[in-house]
Amino acid sequence: MMPYMEIGYLVGSVSFVVGLKMMGQPDSARKGNLVAAFGMAIAVIAALFFTSKGFHVISNLQYIVAAIVAGTVIGTLMAKRVQMTAMPEMVSLFNGMGGLSAALISIIEWRHLLHTVDNPEAMGQAAALPMGMYIPIMAGLIIGTISFVGSIVAWGKLNGSIGDFRFPSQQIINAVVLVAILGVAYINYGEFNASHSSLYFFVTIGLAVVYGLLFVFPIGGADMPVVISLLNSFTGVAAACGGFLYQNKVMLMGGVLVGSAGTILTVVMCKAMNRSLMNVLIGMAGGNGGGSSTSASGGSVREVQATDVAIMMKYASKVIIVPGYGLAVAQAQHVCHELENLLEAEGVDVKYAIHPVAGRMPGHMNVLLAESNVDYDKLIEMEHINPEFATTDVVLVVGANDVVNPAAKTDPTSPIYGMPILDVDQAKQIIVLKRSMKAGYAGIENELFFHPKCGMLFGDAKASLQKLVNEVKAL
Amino acid sequence: MEYIQAIIDLIAQYEQQNTLNLIYLVILMIFVGVELISHVPSVLHTPLMSGANAIHGVVLIGAIIVMGNASPDDTLSLVFGTLAVFVGTLNVIGGFVVTDRMLEMFKKKPKGEKES
Repeated sequence: MMPYMEIGYLVGSVSFVVGLKMMGQPDSARKGNLVAAFGMAIAVIAALFFTSKGFHVISNLQYIVAAIVAGTVIGTLMAKRVQMTAMPEMVSLFNGMGGLSAALISIIEWRHLLHTVDNPEAMGQAAALPMGMYIPIMAGLIIGTISFVGSIVAWGKLNGSIGDFRFPSQQIINAVVLVAILGVAYINYGEFNASHSSLYFFVTIGLAVVYGLLFVFPIGGADMPVVISLLNSFTGVAAACGGFLYQNKVMLMGGVLVGSAGTILTVVMCKAMNRSLMNVLIGMAGGNGGGSSTSASGGSVREVQATDVAIMMKYASKVIIVPGYGLAVAQAQHVCHELENLLEAEGVDVKYAIHPVAGRMPGHMNVLLAESNVDYDKLIEMEHINPEFATTDVVLVVGANDVVNPAAKTDPTSPIYGMPILDVDQAKQIIVLKRSMKAGYAGIENELFFHPKCGMLFGDAKASLQKLVNEVKAL
Repeated sequence: MEYIQAIIDLIAQYEQQNTLNLIYLVILMIFVGVELISHVPSVLHTPLMSGANAIHGVVLIGAIIVMGNASPDDTLSLVFGTLAVFVGTLNVIGGFVVTDRMLEMFKKKPKGEKES
């Protein structure tokens, strides 16, 4: 008899590690994803058709297969249809589904456990709740619920359907709720035999829901990718709890792998923004100061017309485009590429300067611009493009703000002080496409806009770029 | 003393269930996870987050096990279990497909180089 189930789980576990490793390099990333998906398929087949004793079709197969088919169809449709710009919220939604799954498993296992303990003869020994099962069940429940609720809130925030929501001493309240969750879960353990034990169980769920809401509500929409990454690792831990519960190594390895990789990824993302994780979680950016320090800098903003900008660019020899979140929101990547083609046809050297945290997630701009077929070689990373600004005629800033804010270099009191920026002020002319003078997500004013070399072209990024395209064509 | 005894009992319990092996596994996997992610270019952060998101969909295995243990007349367990399998599948399939779509964008790179 071959241990097919163990082999299936082993293949699954190894492929997760190999897949994740391959996903860390641009050349092998796509294959890595497929490797992990393949491993998942093998593990699922092992769970469906084998036990440690050999071939054995699982009970209730009809419901399971129906749910898997439905999940596959709907999941594929959702993932295929989503706009590239809406990727982060989709990831968040799927992450929430994983959390929900973990929480549901715990609820069923809890009922199962109560049932078993209620019949001492079934247990064979005294009616004590086995701690070794209780901990993973409750941990899976609590973490899964927080991850589910938090992800849904994050999804709503990225959608724009949920706004930021802050109230005083929020951090203290969050801490109290967290302690309360653990306390109630502990009481629940002690009281399991009493008739009202289920009440504590439900209170635990309720508090976990509250914590999930409070955890994500105060964090600015712009920081959501960091939060999603963190919730992602939460769900990993919730899955690992299931691994403990069932002594299932593939769940354990997959879950812990994501838990630790997700945590590191979160820290790395924060570092790229030069902020600490605490700072993101407390929801500092945008909340405090509101530009009180620099708004007095005064000066006047020079507004420019699309015609002038078109002329300027057409007769330039080198143009650098700095894309930012505004480009993503306006879905302007295709028009942007069109403009680039037109200028190239006129013999202008066009490049893109990609700040590591431009947009709302690392790599956001690369993905967007690649979608509209912009040549990969034209996307230049910050360290390589910065020396080039000095020889550039026109810099076109499309909906980016904080990543070109000189305050990061000059103003030690600025919240973004120390963040590496693109040195656009070295260029001969700076044109900023922006909807209004509103501050970026760091909530601070940008001196660059008052710079004598800087002209502002107000309007939606897509509309403005379209105007530029028309003007360049008309010239 | 009481607490120390409780912890000792817990470890003994775990040892009985062969769970101690799993704890070794957890610790090793934490190091693997950290090692895998530490030196990744920032361009790949988002696809990686998404890929990791799909991998924790392995919770689906748990949902399948739960369904396998549910007795056919325990309606509530069956309903919750089916829902758990469904959302778990959404996590897995959606996660992998979204990641693939993101990475597809990167794959154009070598082609573009050849053409130009």
